[in-house]
Amino acid sequence: MSNGSNFSRRAALKYGAGIGVTFLAAPALAALPEGRRKLVVIICRGAMDGLSVSPPVADPNYAALRGAIAIPPDAVLKLDGDFSLHPKLAAIHALALSGEARIAPAVAIPQRIRSHFEAQDLLESGGEQLYGITTGWLNRALSVQARGANISALAVGTQEPLILRGPVEIQSWSPGGKVTQDMQRISSVLTDLYASDPTLSRAFASGMETEAMAENMGGDQMTKVAAQPAKAAHDYAVTTAKFLTQAGGPSIAVISLDGYDTHANQGAANGQLANHLKNLDDVVDGLHEGLGSAWSDTVVIAVTEFGRTARINGTGGTDHGTASTMILAGGALKRGGIVGDWPTLADASLFDNRDLAPTLDVRQVFKGVLRDHMGLEARALDGSVFPDSGNARALDGLIA
Amino acid sequence: MIASNSMTSAIAVTRFGLGARPDELSAANRDPRGWLKSQISRDGAEQPSVSLPGTVDRLAVFAQYLSEVGVLKRDGTISDAPTAAPSAGRMTDEQGAKFQQERKQALQPVLEGVRDEIFARTRLATATSQPFRERWALFWANHFTVSTIKLQSAVVAGPYEREAIRPHVFGRFEDLLVASTRHPGMLLYLDQARSAGPDSLAGEYRKMGLNENLAREIMELHTVGADAGYTQADVTEFARALTGYSIGGFREAEDTRGRFLYRPQLHEPGTRIVMGRQYPQGGEAQARAILADLAASPKTAAHVARKLAIHFVADAPPPRLVARLRDSYLESGGDLAHVAEALVDSPEAWASDARKFKTPYEFVVSGYRAAGASPSDAAKEVVQPLTYLGQRPFAAPQPNGWSDLSADWAAPGALVKRLTWATRFSAYYAPNGAAPVDVAAATLGDRLGAAAKTAIARAETRFEAFSILLMSPEFQRR
Repeated sequence: MSNGSNFSRRAALKYGAGIGVTFLAAPALAALPEGRRKLVVIICRGAMDGLSVSPPVADPNYAALRGAIAIPPDAVLKLDGDFSLHPKLAAIHALALSGEARIAPAVAIPQRIRSHFEAQDLLESGGEQLYGITTGWLNRALSVQARGANISALAVGTQEPLILRGPVEIQSWSPGGKVTQDMQRISSVLTDLYASDPTLSRAFASGMETEAMAENMGGDQMTKVAAQPAKAAHDYAVTTAKFLTQAGGPSIAVISLDGYDTHANQGAANGQLANHLKNLDDVVDGLHEGLGSAWSDTVVIAVTEFGRTARINGTGGTDHGTASTMILAGGALKRGGIVGDWPTLADASLFDNRDLAPTLDVRQVFKGVLRDHMGLEARALDGSVFPDSGNARALDGLIA
Repeated sequence: MIASNSMTSAIAVTRFGLGARPDELSAANRDPRGWLKSQISRDGAEQPSVSLPGTVDRLAVFAQYLSEVGVLKRDGTISDAPTAAPSAGRMTDEQGAKFQQERKQALQPVLEGVRDEIFARTRLATATSQPFRERWALFWANHFTVSTIKLQSAVVAGPYEREAIRPHVFGRFEDLLVASTRHPGMLLYLDQARSAGPDSLAGEYRKMGLNENLAREIMELHTVGADAGYTQADVTEFARALTGYSIGGFREAEDTRGRFLYRPQLHEPGTRIVMGRQYPQGGEAQARAILADLAASPKTAAHVARKLAIHFVADAPPPRLVARLRDSYLESGGDLAHVAEALVDSPEAWASDARKFKTPYEFVVSGYRAAGASPSDAAKEVVQPLTYLGQRPFAAPQPNGWSDLSADWAAPGALVKRLTWATRFSAYYAPNGAAPVDVAAATLGDRLGAAAKTAIARAETRFEAFSILLMSPEFQRR
C-alpha cells in the first residue's frame, strides 16, 4: 500500500491532508489538527443484556418473555414511543435527548456462536471466521491511518485487549503506577537489558512514556482513582479523557468492563445487572466531562460480544443469546433515531426460537464510524481492517 | 536448541517450578528430572493450611451474612445474591448511610475468609520445597476456575480449591472433573445449584427452570473445548442431565447443609442425547455418565495437552510436545501423574530459550522465593500488590481463568507496574547475606546472562541490584 493512498477523498477533504494525495493540490479547507478526532470503544464483557439496556417497552412480547426481569414501564427512561433506556443509564439518556447518543438495538458479530471467549475474539479481531486473525481491527485501522497521521491508541486496564493488538505499538495505562527517581535510574539499565527481548523492550519504552504523560497531567485525579479502583468508574473515565486531550495524546482509547454475565438473579430496575449498567453510565459520563470541548469531535461505542436469551431462564437470569444493544455516544454523532431495524420479539422472529435476532452486523457500525469519523477509506475497511467483509457494508448516516 | 546439562537444573526450578529459593538450585542439580518427578504425588498437591475452615463452615458464614442483610430465603436457599438496597425514595439519607454501613459490616467476615485463603495459598507457594507440585496444582485450579468475583462463590473459592482440586491433581482427570463439577463452589459459581428441568416437579409446581451455564463451560472450558463440534442442542441436553446437582440448604438436615445434594425433584426426566450418544434416564448417574464420556474423549485429551504445553513451555507450543502429552493422557486413561511424568520426559519442554512470560502471581511468588522470604501481611503484601498488578488471586474475571499468554500480560503499563512493585519490594526484601551477583546466580543459575550479571554487579545499592534482577528479562521469563 502506498503512502497516503489509504485516505479517501472524503477524508482528505475533511482533514485537508494532502500527503501523497495528488488530486488535492492545495486544500483550502481549514485543517483539523492531526489526531483531533477521538474514538473510545468500551467493551462490555460477559454478554450484556440488550433487552435490559434498551427495553423495547412497546414490543407486545417484551413483558411476557421477561417476566420478573422486565424493566417496568414506569421505571424506564423513554427515548421514543418504542424504545427506552434502563433507569441506571441516566447520563446516556440525557445525551440521547440532546442528540448525542443513539442505540443500535439488534447488532451481532458475524458468526452465531455462544462462547464468550470465541465471540469476544471475533468482536475484537474483526474477522469473518474464528481463529483466522490474531490482531485486532482497531490496531489494523491504526496501521492504515498511521501512515498519514500521528495517531496512537491507549488500552485502559492491566491487560492488553485483542482489539488493540497488532503491528502498531499502542500505549496502555491503568491507575496506580508512579515512577520514582530510583525507578528512572533502573529504567535506563533495563532499557539496555531488554534490547535482546523485543516484546519487553517495546512494552517498557511505551509504558515509561505513558507514565511520564500521566505525571504531567497532575497527581490528584490519579491518586483518587488508584485508591478506589472499583468505585471510581467515573474518575477512571475522566482520566482516560485527559490522556486523549493531552497534546500528542492518543486518539483512540479502549476500556473493558466486565460482570455482565447474568445467568442468575439478574434483577430489573435494581440489582446485579443494574449495578453494572451504572458503571457503564458513569464511564460515558466521565468521558463526556473529561473530554470537555473535545467531546464534539468524539464518538464512543459501547459494545458486547453477544446478547442474552429473550426469555427469562429458570434462575431469574438469562443465558447466552445472539443480538444485543450497541450504544453510540459523542458530539460527533449525527442526530437520529435507533440504528438498524427492530426484528421484534414475536415467537417467529426469535433466532433459534430463543434469542433476539440480529439485523445489523457490528462491523457495519464500526466501518461507518471508521470511514466517516476517522477518515479511513472503504477499500482499507473491506481489506485489511475487516477482511472479507464486503457484504457487511459501512453504515451511512452515523456521523454529523 | 536443547539445553546443556548445567542449564537443566536452572530450567527445572524456573520453568517447571516457581523460581528458585536460595538453596534450591543445588538441591535440583544432582538430578533435575528426578527432582521434579519426586514431587509427583498420589496424595495430590500440598494444602495451604490445616486451620482454614471448609466449605460447610464458610457457607454458614455466608448464610449468616445473607440473613443479616435480609435475603436468606425461608426455605434455606443459599444461592441468592443480596438484593439491592431498598429504593432511595423510601429512606432518608441517614437511614441509607446506616443501611450501607451495616451491610458493609455484615460482609466483613466473608471478605476476611477470602483474604485468609489468598494469604495461605501465596505463603505456601513462596515457601514450598515442592514447587513443581504446586505449579501443577495452580494450573488445574485455573483450568477449573471458581472466582471470587461473584459474591456467592467468593466465600467458597478457597475451600473449593483445597477440597475439589488439590487432592485430585495427580489422579484421574475424570475424578478431578467430577469433584469440581459436584463441589458447591462450582455449583454456585456457574449457577447450577438451582437449575431445574422444565418437566421436573420443581419446574412444574414451583416455576423453576433450566440454567445452562455450567453445562456449557464444562464442555467448552473443562473438557472437549469450543472447537469440538458440539451444538447448542448438546449444551441444552447436558444442562438437562445436570439438573438436580445442587447444594443442601441451611434449613435442611444437618448432614446435607452446604454439601453436594442431588435433588430428584429438580431433575429433568427422560433420555438425553449429547454429542451423538444416548444417556438413559438415571437420575444423578445420567450426568455422571456424560462426564465420564467427556473425560475419556480424545478431544479432551487434546484440549488438556495443548493447555498444559502452553502453560509450561510456550504460547505457541511445539506440536510434538502436545502430541506426547495427548498420547500419555489417552494411554493412561487420563492419569494426570502419568501426564506430568510425560511432560518432564519431553525433550521439547527443555529448550534453553525461555518463552513464557510470568503472570503477576508467578512474578511476585518468584520474587519472594528469590529473597528467601514469605509475605507476612495479607493485605499489604499480597492482596493489594496483586490487585494492582492485575491478578488478584481467586478473582479471575471470567470462567476461562487467567490467561497463560504473554500478549495478555506484557502490556506497557503492566511492566511499569512490575518495576514499581520490584523497587518497593527490594526496599524491604533485598537479601543482604550475599553479594548481589551471587544472589542472582543462586536465583537463575545458568540462565543468568552476561548483560544482566554486569548490570547487577554495577548497581549502586543492594536494593537497586535486586530490583534489576527481578526486572531482568531472564527473571521475567521462565
